[in-house]
Amino acid sequence: MALLELPTKRKQDKPAKPKDPEDALAGTPTTRFSRHLILCLVGLVMLYPLLWLVSSSFKPSNDIFRQLGLWPENWDFSNYEQGWTALNQPFHVYLINSMIVVVFSIVGNIFSCALAAYAFARMEFTGRKLFFALMLGTLMLPGHVLLVPQYIIFSQLGWLDTYLPLIVPNFMATNAFFIFLMVQFMKALPKELDDAAQIDGCGPFRTFLRVILPLCVPAMATTAIFTFISTWNEFFGPLLYIQNQDLYTVPLALRAFMDSEGQSMWGPMFAMSVVSIAPIIGFFIAGQKYLINGIATTGLK
Amino acid sequence: MSVLTKQAPGAAAALASGGPGKLRRGTARRKNQRSGYLFLLPWFLGMLFTIIPFFASLYLAFTDYNLFTEPNFVGLANFQAMIEDPRLWQSLKVTFIYTFVSVPISLAVALLIALVLNRGLQGLAIYRSIYYLPSLLGGSVAIVMLWRYIFGNDGIVNGFLGLFGIAGPAWVTDPDFSLSTLIVLNVWTFGSPMVIFLAGLRQVPTMYYEAASIDGASRWRQFRSITIPLISPIIFFNLIMQLIGSFQTFTQGYVMSGGTGGPADSTLFYNLYLYQKGFTEFEMGYASAMAWLLLMIIAIFTAINFIASKFWVFYDN
Repeated sequence: MALLELPTKRKQDKPAKPKDPEDALAGTPTTRFSRHLILCLVGLVMLYPLLWLVSSSFKPSNDIFRQLGLWPENWDFSNYEQGWTALNQPFHVYLINSMIVVVFSIVGNIFSCALAAYAFARMEFTGRKLFFALMLGTLMLPGHVLLVPQYIIFSQLGWLDTYLPLIVPNFMATNAFFIFLMVQFMKALPKELDDAAQIDGCGPFRTFLRVILPLCVPAMATTAIFTFISTWNEFFGPLLYIQNQDLYTVPLALRAFMDSEGQSMWGPMFAMSVVSIAPIIGFFIAGQKYLINGIATTGLK
Repeated sequence: MSVLTKQAPGAAAALASGGPGKLRRGTARRKNQRSGYLFLLPWFLGMLFTIIPFFASLYLAFTDYNLFTEPNFVGLANFQAMIEDPRLWQSLKVTFIYTFVSVPISLAVALLIALVLNRGLQGLAIYRSIYYLPSLLGGSVAIVMLWRYIFGNDGIVNGFLGLFGIAGPAWVTDPDFSLSTLIVLNVWTFGSPMVIFLAGLRQVPTMYYEAASIDGASRWRQFRSITIPLISPIIFFNLIMQLIGSFQTFTQGYVMSGGTGGPADSTLFYNLYLYQKGFTEFEMGYASAMAWLLLMIIAIFTAINFIASKFWVFYDN
């Protein structure tokens, strides 16, 4: 949580700069300008594929090829209409399917990880250090080691072709990253809060619900946004567990475009690609503060 | 694990101090014990759901199992078959090339950009967001499909090269070039290590640089003797996480090749081959053995990194 102190620290640095402009970190106006120039160029190169994707989604399919320009000469909105209805189901079905998985995953992650984090961060019980070490150990465990047995368990439960294999693990605090993130956050809250709540007659559950949880909204927001993005992008799980085309999530639906690939399908495919990444960009813009703080504290991708 | 706790010195300290419970009476303490376990109940279930499959897959690695009949114990046969399986070696080669080319490049780019951004420039937040955004999208099917097009025969990369009269190769369909398009994609997502570097760079006290420049140290010297040692724990952390992540690449290879790992197995990532073995050929024993080999490889590389870190990672206590 040292991050939270940083803004003030930097402000303290600033007044010192004008005294010694040559040595200040910012450098002379010329070097500053060239740095901006380089950064802008790199930024442009990085954003270009995304901008090109958006612009191509408004071009007739024939215009897409080898056109480097970002401004469509002939605006064509039919890609969206065509893409929306190109597959078995209209595209909003896949969006809703993805939404269902995402919403339950977010609820599950916040609920189970906050509970576990509270126990690790603010309670005292035998084996806590051991469990905490175990939890950190699972951070590095490659998921494919568990894949085959988990698949067998899910298939024997009759959960294939349902969203349960994608949702239920999130209710069991299996995302150690989020536990770690919330532990970090809860550690930073003053210990006196628990004592005061206890004197007022709160048990651990009430303390958790009424005192600690409301203070953890930023950490929960980080968890929610990261869960949203990773679940929305998740390809492997749905590929494994969902065969029924009516249940496809957005990434599976997009892959179906690839299977039916002909040159004429590029436009509609790009249009639906834009539809599929728009929510991520929206969440990113709305919640970047939480995202950036989140990765800076935990190294989460 | 020390990296993680080093990232969070507060967490470790608070863990050690134990909290305010010492004054409480015995009954309250027991109650706290019990509710501690209650809070951890979902996590305990999750651990069961991790530990049982963990050992089950170890067992399956020594069996012949196709999901429909009982597993049949075959000893080391799966591992022997792996040694003789050219596609397995190919998948290891693809994964290693991908990892050892793209991880150093993306970490170097991430560090370089973070250093430039850390110079008190205006608009830091905007630059940071622009550079970070691709790392949220790099694993999505939409972007890998876009990449497939961008590098396609009539794609914009060849269109751009054409402006200079260069006839670009068939990036996607030529086995010599197909993996490089995915390396470019991975480097494109340098934003997440960059944000971690930035957070680390901001913790380096500016007085060190002031003292060094009074002593006449050059910029390069300051970078080598102050910046690098002080952020070495973060370089180390990023290195470990990037290595582990890129050893497990799946979606990029799958989408780029339509699930085959082609052309000529040039994008046959290890996990893609594992998926093909386990879930299209239903050789689940073989797939489990592959998963354990990957676990061993990751464990060995992580261990080597931890041992090597003693010589270059500097912890300032």
